[in-house]
Amino acid sequence: MSKISKKELLNDAEFKSLVSQKNTISWILTILELVLYFGFIALIAFNKPFLAQKLTEGKATTIGIPIAVGTILGSWVFTGIYIFWANTKYDKMVKDLKDKIGG
Amino acid sequence: MHTTTIGTLNVTSVLFFMLFVASTLVITYWAAKRTRTTKDFYAAGRSVTGLQNGLALAGDYMSAASFLGIAGLVSTKGYDGLIYSVGWLVGWPIIMFLISEPLRNLGKYTFADVVAFRLSQRPIRAAAAAGSLAVVIFYLIAQMVGAGTLFKLMFGLPYESALVLVAALMISYVLFGGMIATTWVQIIKAVLLLGGATLLVFLVLNKVGFSYGNLFHQAASKYGDKFLEPGGLVSDPVDAFSLGLALMFGTAGLPHILMRFYTVPDVQAARKSVFYATGFIGYFYILTVTIGFGAAVLIGAESGQLGRDLIMKIDAGGNMAGPLLAEALGGSVFLGFLAAVAFATILAVVAGLTLAGASALSHDLYVGVIRRGQSNEKEEVKVAKIATVGLGITAMLLAMLFKGQNVAFMVGLAFAIAASANFPALIMSLMWKRFSTQGAVWSIYLGMISAVLFIVLSPTVYVDIIHKDTKAAVTKQVAEIDGKVKANAAEIDTLTKQLVPADAVAKLKKKEQAAATKKNADIQSTINAKKAEADALVAQKKDASAKMPVAPIKYRNPGIFSMGIAFLVGIVFSFLFPEKEADEKFAEEKLREYVGIGAE
Repeated sequence: MSKISKKELLNDAEFKSLVSQKNTISWILTILELVLYFGFIALIAFNKPFLAQKLTEGKATTIGIPIAVGTILGSWVFTGIYIFWANTKYDKMVKDLKDKIGG
Repeated sequence: MHTTTIGTLNVTSVLFFMLFVASTLVITYWAAKRTRTTKDFYAAGRSVTGLQNGLALAGDYMSAASFLGIAGLVSTKGYDGLIYSVGWLVGWPIIMFLISEPLRNLGKYTFADVVAFRLSQRPIRAAAAAGSLAVVIFYLIAQMVGAGTLFKLMFGLPYESALVLVAALMISYVLFGGMIATTWVQIIKAVLLLGGATLLVFLVLNKVGFSYGNLFHQAASKYGDKFLEPGGLVSDPVDAFSLGLALMFGTAGLPHILMRFYTVPDVQAARKSVFYATGFIGYFYILTVTIGFGAAVLIGAESGQLGRDLIMKIDAGGNMAGPLLAEALGGSVFLGFLAAVAFATILAVVAGLTLAGASALSHDLYVGVIRRGQSNEKEEVKVAKIATVGLGITAMLLAMLFKGQNVAFMVGLAFAIAASANFPALIMSLMWKRFSTQGAVWSIYLGMISAVLFIVLSPTVYVDIIHKDTKAAVTKQVAEIDGKVKANAAEIDTLTKQLVPADAVAKLKKKEQAAATKKNADIQSTINAKKAEADALVAQKKDASAKMPVAPIKYRNPGIFSMGIAFLVGIVFSFLFPEKEADEKFAEEKLREYVGIGAE
């Protein structure tokens, strides 16, 4: 296999695709996280009665409680999605590229 | 009557604490033999595994303030406390997606390494060191004042002695054991804290039949439905968003957190550690919230008193909710254990902060700025150690200076500076090709200055601290007037009742009628005089209230403004002062950032 230089690697299609895939995943997840958290904040700021609704009629628990806990759990799930992608796809692409320039 | 041993010296607590100190000092001794190079001192030789670093990150982040503070907030204010706990977590995914991997690949020991990667070293390192130190100092003061107050509250230990003890231990860890010892102190603390909180939550759930529904039901029946609804703590939308921004992006700009990504061998371990840390921290906040609701419901349940009243009687801020609950459910032994864990928690956090501050002083300021990057390993480690001692003693003295002051705002300030000075420069240097030295330097300085200025001019500092006495005087005066108004209204009420009703007067004999009418007229004139007094009082109250100090800025949280300024300044100055060389180096940065070519 022919080795290419660092400079050539920069213009390599595979490298470009790696950068764009990584950025796409990172930004999509970042935006999802922002929507999740600031959506929660927006409910607190603009629609408190929504969060104050009872989860089931006659019980004390409000909708706001699972939404808050869900925001915490959702954040963790997002990091899980990212790490799954990075471990299975990204690392492999990086390895291929490193092989190309000879480690 | 509810009794508590909080405030007296607890034997179990002392034993647990001595055990913790002894084991951490043994680790420090072991670490000292392995700490020779700068890589050992700042980055534990890059030998920390993903799981270990995940625990250590959680240890660095879970402060006593969040453990005791959030539980206290939930136990006294209910749902509003939960809102805060969510905010403390959401920065971690941002660290994962945008920061941790590039930071690991591009830098060496501090986040300034990354910002300065393709820009001019000296101005960037000076600015980044200033940003880091500002965060570290404010955070340290808040933690140490908290430590002093906490130990006085818990054991009756004098404030100054507690500070000397904390400072001596944190300096020892960092000075002798560097990052290796600090990492293990964090890991032990994280395990203890998570374990202790889990046990406490188990005891709570055991009391309510392992049903959260039941726990919330009891909370609502004791404190009303409002307790489970968002209340007044977050009222203004701008303030709410601002606080959210500072919590989220401040987390991603904390120097002691960012520094931890250099302790792992590669990006795989770096991302793994964020995943673990996010899981641990999220779990911890769910525990803390449960402890808060448990404290509100279960403390005082046997004596029929309200938990909230008992908690606030010991500490108005609610900080003793967790310890009181531990005592109520597990007796003085469990209280002692939890108190020792709280102590360990503070120690670990301040050690991490001291190390981050010392790195900014030695790696960025001394080597990067003063020695222009020309220094040998031995010299740098020596300077870092001197910086550790200097910083530790400074923090201790500052904490003594701020004794009895309200320093809670300093944590908010530290996060605001991290979000406004550190984060924008870091993210722009990673993402934006045209980002230049001038853009970075001014973004950092102006982000930092605006965060500080906005908070000083906000009600939090301007009214509640600077004009504390005026506020108290005005509040007192208004309360006095209110008292007079009430007395006046009562008098009018009594007098009105003395009036002989018109139909009764009509039934009277003529002579008596005249007397009654005269009496009525007398009373009426007195009532009118009283009513005039009431009007005068209303005017007085208005005058008095007008003297209440008003902050120049009405928002309590600067995030939205100071972050906006930092980004705007970074962009404008990069366009005004472009840097061709930096532009060209972006390609090299990209290879190292994404593929790890040349990463240390």
